[in-house]
Amino acid sequence: MQRYLVRRILLALVTLLAVSLIIFVMSRAAGDPRHVYLDDYSTQEDWDRLTETLGLDKPYYYQYGIFLGSALKGDFGQSIKEGRPSMEVIIERLPATIQLGTAAFAFSVIVGVPLGILSAVKRGTFLDMTGKIIALIGQSAPVFWLGLMLVFLFAVRLDWLPPYGRQEISSIVLPAVALGWFYAAANLRLLRSAMLNVLDSEYVKLARAKGVSNNVIIWKHSLRNALIPVLTFAGITLGSLVTGSLVVETVFAWPGLGQLAIQALAGNDYPLLQAVVIVFTLMYVTAALLVDIMYAYIDPRIRYG
Amino acid sequence: MSTNSTIKDNPVVLQVEGLKTYFETRWGTVKAVDGVSFDLRKGETLGIVGESGSGKSVTMLSVMRLIPSPPGQIVEGRVLLEGQDLVDLSEKEMGAIRGSQIALIIQDPMTSLNPVFSIGNQVGEAIKIHQDIPKRTVLQQVLDVLRKVNIPAADTRVRDYPHQMSGGMRQRVVGAIGISCEPMVLIADEPTTSLDVTIQAQYLKLLKELQEASDIALIFITHDFGIVAKMCDRVAVMYAGKIVEMGDVRDIFNNPSHPYTEALLSSVPKLEEDVDRLYSIEGQPPTLHDLPPGCPFAPRCQYVRDKCSQSYPPQFNLTDGHYAACWRLE
Ligand SMILES: Nc1ncnc2c1ncn2[C@@H]1O[C@H](COP(=O)(O)OP(=O)(O)OP(=O)(O)O)[C@@H](O)[C@H]1O
Ligand code: SF4
Ligand SMILES: [Mg+2]
Repeated sequence: MQRYLVRRILLALVTLLAVSLIIFVMSRAAGDPRHVYLDDYSTQEDWDRLTETLGLDKPYYYQYGIFLGSALKGDFGQSIKEGRPSMEVIIERLPATIQLGTAAFAFSVIVGVPLGILSAVKRGTFLDMTGKIIALIGQSAPVFWLGLMLVFLFAVRLDWLPPYGRQEISSIVLPAVALGWFYAAANLRLLRSAMLNVLDSEYVKLARAKGVSNNVIIWKHSLRNALIPVLTFAGITLGSLVTGSLVVETVFAWPGLGQLAIQALAGNDYPLLQAVVIVFTLMYVTAALLVDIMYAYIDPRIRYG
Repeated sequence: MSTNSTIKDNPVVLQVEGLKTYFETRWGTVKAVDGVSFDLRKGETLGIVGESGSGKSVTMLSVMRLIPSPPGQIVEGRVLLEGQDLVDLSEKEMGAIRGSQIALIIQDPMTSLNPVFSIGNQVGEAIKIHQDIPKRTVLQQVLDVLRKVNIPAADTRVRDYPHQMSGGMRQRVVGAIGISCEPMVLIADEPTTSLDVTIQAQYLKLLKELQEASDIALIFITHDFGIVAKMCDRVAVMYAGKIVEMGDVRDIFNNPSHPYTEALLSSVPKLEEDVDRLYSIEGQPPTLHDLPPGCPFAPRCQYVRDKCSQSYPPQFNLTDGHYAACWRLE
């Protein structure tokens, strides 16, 4: 277990390091950062100060060291448009994105997991059909289309929920559903087929032969095994809830990091964009690490691998 | 087998009468078990042999009331355990009997234990369900039963997970689950893919000892006539959902009377030969839906006669308790 965890944490660190290197290389490849930060009104003094802080007169590895050092301190330079530290801007936006991601994840679990189990247990019934339709929509409809349809139906037509923004508590419902639907669908389908496999397994037969009741068969013997492939998938994709938020936050004018990234991109605010990408990566890596820990908790073959 | 005469005086514990289990499939009704009857006495070992798909497992799953429904259903017949008909019981009543009075062990060591629960948990589960005893005592009983099946260092091994054990060890654990609640009837369904021959032999010897120690009635499903000769008092030969011949082991070996039994016996390889090559008798077993009237073995039978395709042969008694269903015996 410990060895497994150490390996996972090391891997996470390596990922972060690799991403930071890529960002550094791209930022230098994009041209002299002094031209990005400074404009016609800057003085020679400004120019020299920037040369000094970024170490631009030193070799690249030295510059990367400086870049990494300040990144570790949470210093990603000044946002050009906002005229203040990028990190400050990001921290303002972070809660909104974490909120949305969590809500979307909760939606995908609350809808996907029970429906996946029930679809398998009650195969071929009305419930199974409903599950199939939900899965089909989630896996085939593009996120922006789904978002617009939700707005059209629940905000414009029925007037039940606000169409955009983050003013009211209920504002989160539509973007969370739009963002979480794909994962709900994936959870549902994966869990359904995994449950069907497990319910057909020899060890479930043996458990039934011991006199174990049907409920215990489903919730104890089967679910834990069936969750393994679901978690594997979650490990690969949980972090991409973050990326999905680019589209959803734009459609719903949700003031989070995704929206910020698009704005930074549109406004050529490279320092800010860099910072957002690093924070995204950090979230991605943390999510994957959490899943890996869960995975080890559920499957003894990993714990005692 | 020296105890044969005493076993014959033992009371009958399990009586299966006219059991029929059908599956509704896309291609029609599959008559997987089609009128099976047999008795089993206390302390007796009954072997069930037959080619793959002949209905051995379905028969035993029916006895345990574990047929998945849909598509399967027991359509006729009775399963009497000490006189009580199991076919009529509610799922809840049956749950109390499964694992305690009748136990079924599926012996594929690779797949029959749940990978995410410890050995102790899986052996203790049946004990917890069927006996109202404190946690401490459960662990004690788990250790006792693990020792009974010769698991070394049982008190540390209880915490192991299946993947930490060898195939032979896992098979013993499955055996331990079977005997954990001291059942009257133990059904052992042997897999086709079996372990190392010597490990298998050790295991079977152990099973036999455990059976004799507590007078369990044992039903042993196997593909291997060699094992039947060593382990069983009586044999039932199944073909296409029916018992085609049944009798004492000695009678079956000395005087096989159904052409199918004869073919099976003559195809038995030397003990050392590959198990997969058992039953290399000619032709294919029939598909179990749309069976034509008459004897289902007819297409493969060297003694076939006109009558065979017209109606199914009745049972002809040969000696005491030895019968076969074949027109040749008329
Ligand atoms: N769930 C099911 N649905 C449809 N048909 C089934 C089902 N389970 C079993 N059968 C059919 O019942 C027949 C008997 O199967 P069974 O498993 O009893 O054979 P077996 O004698 O145990 O074979 P083996 O030696 O391979 O274990 C087979 O033809 C099989 O196709
Ligand atoms: S009844 Fe006829 S076909 Fe069937 S086994 Fe006997 S002789 Fe062969
Ligand atoms: Mg079988």
